[in-house]
Amino acid sequence: MKYKSQQIAWWFFALSGVLLLLQITYGFIMAFAHLGYDGLHDLIPFNAATATHKNLLVVWILSGFMGAAYFIIPDEAEHELISVPLAKLQFWSLAIVGVVAVIGFHLNWWEGRKFLEIPRPLDYLVVVNVLLFLYIIIMTLWKGKKRTTTSLVLTMGLLFAALLYLPGMIWFDNQTMDSFFRWWVVHLWVEGVWELIMGGILAYLLIKLTGVDREVIEKWLYVIVGLTFISGILGTGHHYYYIGTPKYWLMIGGIFSAMEPLAFLGMALFALAMYRKGEKRHPNQIALNWTLGTAIISFVGAGLLGVAHTLPAVNMYTHGTFVTAMHGHLAFWGAYGMLVLGMITYATPLMTGRKLYTAPGASYAFWLSNIGMIGMTTAFAAAGVTQVYLERKVGMDFIDTQQAMEVHFLVLIAAATLFTVGIVMFVLNFFKYGKPTDEALERA
Amino acid sequence: MLSKNQARTFFLGGTVVFFLIFLGLSWHTLAREVPKQTNAQNLTESVIRGKEIFDKNNCMGCHTIMGEGAYYAPELTKAYERKGEAYLKTVLTVKEPWAPRGRKMVAYAMSDQDANDVIAFLKWVGEADLNGFPPKPDLQSKVPVPAK
Repeated sequence: MKYKSQQIAWWFFALSGVLLLLQITYGFIMAFAHLGYDGLHDLIPFNAATATHKNLLVVWILSGFMGAAYFIIPDEAEHELISVPLAKLQFWSLAIVGVVAVIGFHLNWWEGRKFLEIPRPLDYLVVVNVLLFLYIIIMTLWKGKKRTTTSLVLTMGLLFAALLYLPGMIWFDNQTMDSFFRWWVVHLWVEGVWELIMGGILAYLLIKLTGVDREVIEKWLYVIVGLTFISGILGTGHHYYYIGTPKYWLMIGGIFSAMEPLAFLGMALFALAMYRKGEKRHPNQIALNWTLGTAIISFVGAGLLGVAHTLPAVNMYTHGTFVTAMHGHLAFWGAYGMLVLGMITYATPLMTGRKLYTAPGASYAFWLSNIGMIGMTTAFAAAGVTQVYLERKVGMDFIDTQQAMEVHFLVLIAAATLFTVGIVMFVLNFFKYGKPTDEALERA
Repeated sequence: MLSKNQARTFFLGGTVVFFLIFLGLSWHTLAREVPKQTNAQNLTESVIRGKEIFDKNNCMGCHTIMGEGAYYAPELTKAYERKGEAYLKTVLTVKEPWAPRGRKMVAYAMSDQDANDVIAFLKWVGEADLNGFPPKPDLQSKVPVPAK
């Protein structure tokens, strides 16, 4: 690591790890409630648990992205961050807003809008926080010696992500219009600009880990993010099938979202090709596992499992069932979860000067979490398909169907336990590294 | 072979073109079609208050509406048609958690006025044209009925 200010990334990574563990805890609360064990109902009703689970996901991933940006941008721009105290202020305000939001959810203080439950006054604080973050990143890039494609794509992704948060803050009396713009945030984030961020971080990791020429990697980065937007923007249409919007979205959404896996396939092929081409044997092989893993699992989770229920004739029956949860879990894990954990795995040894990546725990964390998540996805799939057939196709009552699905939640809990063991090992390993030290700085 | 400049043009050009198409379609959808499909003229004060109460209590955190939300409690799009006003009113106003066969709902103990507004909102949602959602169970008629 060359620049002292990169050390700030450690705090964001630490926050990511802690929030991920908390997110998992709320996942268990919900899974047990589905089995009929809802002893916490008075303290944490299901809607509080689900709002917490989903928002912690968004915040730990964003915290990971921010940490990644604070680590990558100085390195790419060859310039210290313009202000470490400002970055610290941004970190603490992010953490405080996150904690206040989570507490608020338990006190019935929220907006009932899936993924965007943070109440309006806190939304404004989020905006200020993100503006501060962008100011630090963009000014650092501005003053830096170099503006590489990797750093520009990453920054563009972060900037667009901030802009797209705004349509989600407009109030509409009409539920359909409300939902229409909610997807501008949620869909255009995860199937649009977040992929830009993903592409940028992935390109950076591949450049560092495989040693392939930057020009080659960055050229393909453009092609992939191009494919992302060409398919993903109109792919938003798959959320506009059945919410009171015109029928042409069935065709547009169907065609373009069927093309969405191309970008993820591109990402997977690109990562594997660069890995084969690369001559460098970077000692941090576990970071390479996460990097290749994110490219492959995102293709399966976001790409293939997305297509599995994206065609309008299929989605008519799967819309609003656990089939969505199946896709959602592997997609978020593959595309963004593994990416952030990969970035943490790459950066932590460089910040702390310790090389714990050869420890068996690092490898177990990777395999257990992935096997666990694949098991969870399978359990969600079984529950979802059961629900589709019994409730939607045969017309069984909601609660009868739910009881018929219970066995799949047992499998879910078993697989989630495996996943949790992996994540606990990951987080413990991260904290074992200790805090960043100046001794780890490369002397110029 | 593709050069880096061509790749950049592909990315920027593709993004701009498809985003403009998306904006155009969105405008057409929201300005022309949604008001018709959702009977916007029926958005009375009561319906709007109902939506506010629905949002404020994060009902979507357990239920789905128009197929969106969480999967812990029943789909509400056609709740008004399926269950009727009296049933919905009881669920919203009771002081103990409504718990059909054990699965608990938060006891909102709403006032008459609030419950009526939420019901007006659900009635309005149920009348919107959602392109056929929720689907009619297409295999129901094929399930054999055992002889008595």
